[in-house]
Amino acid sequence: MSKELIHLNNISKSFDGQMVLDELDLTIHENEFVTLLGPSGCGKTTTLRILGGFTQPDTGRVIFDGQDITKIPPNKRALNTVFQKYALFTHMTIAENIAFGLKIKKKSKSYIDDKIRYALKLVNLEGYENRSPDSLSGGQQQRIAIARAIVNEPRVLLLDEPLGALDLKLRQEMQYELIRMKNELGITFVYVTHDQEEALTMSDTIVVMNQGYIQQIGSPESIYNEPENAFVADFIGDSNIIPAVMIEDKLVSILGTRFACVDTGFGHNKPVDVVIRPEDVELTAPSDGILQGVVTHLIFKGVHYEMEVMAGGFEWLVHSTVMQPVGQEVGIKVDPFNIQIMNKPESEDEEAVAIEI
Amino acid sequence: MKSKNKWLSAPYMLWSVVFIIIPLGMILYYGLTDKTGAFTLNNIIAITTAGHAKALRLSILLSLISTLVCFLLGYPLAMILANMKAGRHNFIILIFILPMWMNFLLRTLAWQTLLEKNGVINNVLTFLNLPALKIINTPAAIVLGMVYNFLPFMILPLYNALSKIDRNVINAAHDLGADSVYTFIRIILPLSVPGIISGVTMVFVPALTTFVISALLGGSKLLLIGDVIEQEFTRTSNWHLGSGLSIVLMVFIIINMVLSAVFDKDGEGSML
Repeated sequence: MSKELIHLNNISKSFDGQMVLDELDLTIHENEFVTLLGPSGCGKTTTLRILGGFTQPDTGRVIFDGQDITKIPPNKRALNTVFQKYALFTHMTIAENIAFGLKIKKKSKSYIDDKIRYALKLVNLEGYENRSPDSLSGGQQQRIAIARAIVNEPRVLLLDEPLGALDLKLRQEMQYELIRMKNELGITFVYVTHDQEEALTMSDTIVVMNQGYIQQIGSPESIYNEPENAFVADFIGDSNIIPAVMIEDKLVSILGTRFACVDTGFGHNKPVDVVIRPEDVELTAPSDGILQGVVTHLIFKGVHYEMEVMAGGFEWLVHSTVMQPVGQEVGIKVDPFNIQIMNKPESEDEEAVAIEI
Repeated sequence: MKSKNKWLSAPYMLWSVVFIIIPLGMILYYGLTDKTGAFTLNNIIAITTAGHAKALRLSILLSLISTLVCFLLGYPLAMILANMKAGRHNFIILIFILPMWMNFLLRTLAWQTLLEKNGVINNVLTFLNLPALKIINTPAAIVLGMVYNFLPFMILPLYNALSKIDRNVINAAHDLGADSVYTFIRIILPLSVPGIISGVTMVFVPALTTFVISALLGGSKLLLIGDVIEQEFTRTSNWHLGSGLSIVLMVFIIINMVLSAVFDKDGEGSML
């Protein structure tokens, strides 16, 4: 992995006695696309604001490229922010908006003009120099907000739910745009969102947060395929989270039935939770399944059918391209590789975390 | 639905015709005629006579000073209010509006009692062996009365405009490298222009037309254009001249209104 750029060291922050961040530690590398993902109130935006300098942490330090910048005000930091709802200067033209930071740095007029042209080209809005921000659509305003930030050549771009106000189609388009821009600029992006799909699509690294704690850090694949706890499993995509007992290595008892799995090192007869993604549940003829059950609900979702199957006293969520009608008796099979074993939450705190969602 | 709603405005329409439109027509009629009823511009040209022009100049000067003082007092306060957490600022705003619940005339009379030669302030000063001040019957007293009475009309539109500025817009300016002074000059001030226009109008227009404040605090020697007009109607009973001068004053007010409309295109600051 490339060089370490930002280090959040033991950051705590509370508002009005309410703990928002609790001894958070996070390392961000150069040229990384990091997404802080979590439900509202998880502390992701506060983390971003601490990075930007808009909020002071109660304890802990922000290290940027080896230097402590905890007390440095936002206007002296080598990072720029793209705000939720754009925060454009409505009394200025697009060109004036983009030039704002450069004029403060006393750049020459020709340098500024070049930069404006370059930035507008990067965000695909060439020729918009003299328009007013109010005359642009939400997606275009967001692009200007990005252009306004990147002309300052920040080493890190902070993005606070930048696509939140856009409609689905535009959001998906902008996701690809953002990846392209990041690759073209070659800088670090720290992205805050509550949308797990956005996080999975764009990130190199996802930081899943809840209630001021980091739940898991990893690549999109590892977060999705190997969630470390029930909160992550539940928050990222749909999943079946089932209480189970690890009988021995590579053998787990789910709802009283033995399933082969690939995990080892949990010990003998240890209570665990298992996560099985709905698309990993195979429906077979009753006699071919490990468990037998009955289809109770059926919804057509376009790409697949979503079914609920009552089996072993648990309502299994199943995604399949093959439809089984309600009332149909089916068998359930799971590939050992697709059973993800997780430790039971150890404290009540962690338990509460899982249940809140 | 639409035609039904139209009738709801009927009572007010009647009111405005009887008490606004017709009186305005009468002022125009009186202002443009002489005692025989013949058309004349003399009542309007009368503004150029030395006494009238002096009163108008003094009115404009004192109104401008009052407006400026209100702005300088009101803007920082409005900024503090706008940055305050909800709940707390309501109490502060209440404190500023509280005097407005009392009658305007009473408030001004109270100032007269305070500022008089043997008034409360001078009594206290004398008691402390300090020299007495001569405030009453000076332009300063009139400005004081204007500022005291009209300050809330400056603060509220400014507060309204400032509290509408998205906190993140200010954050964005800081983020792009601007310090507090630069952010204020380039972002906060321009974005609060609608509030400034509205506040300036709401202080300048009543200050320009007042005759009570100047009559009570300015004495008989300091005449504002409002006092002159009042005297033409009540003492000299020359309605024609009074109306003519009123028309001149109205022109100044209309110019002010047009300027507000031009600068405050969205009507943002006009709501109190």
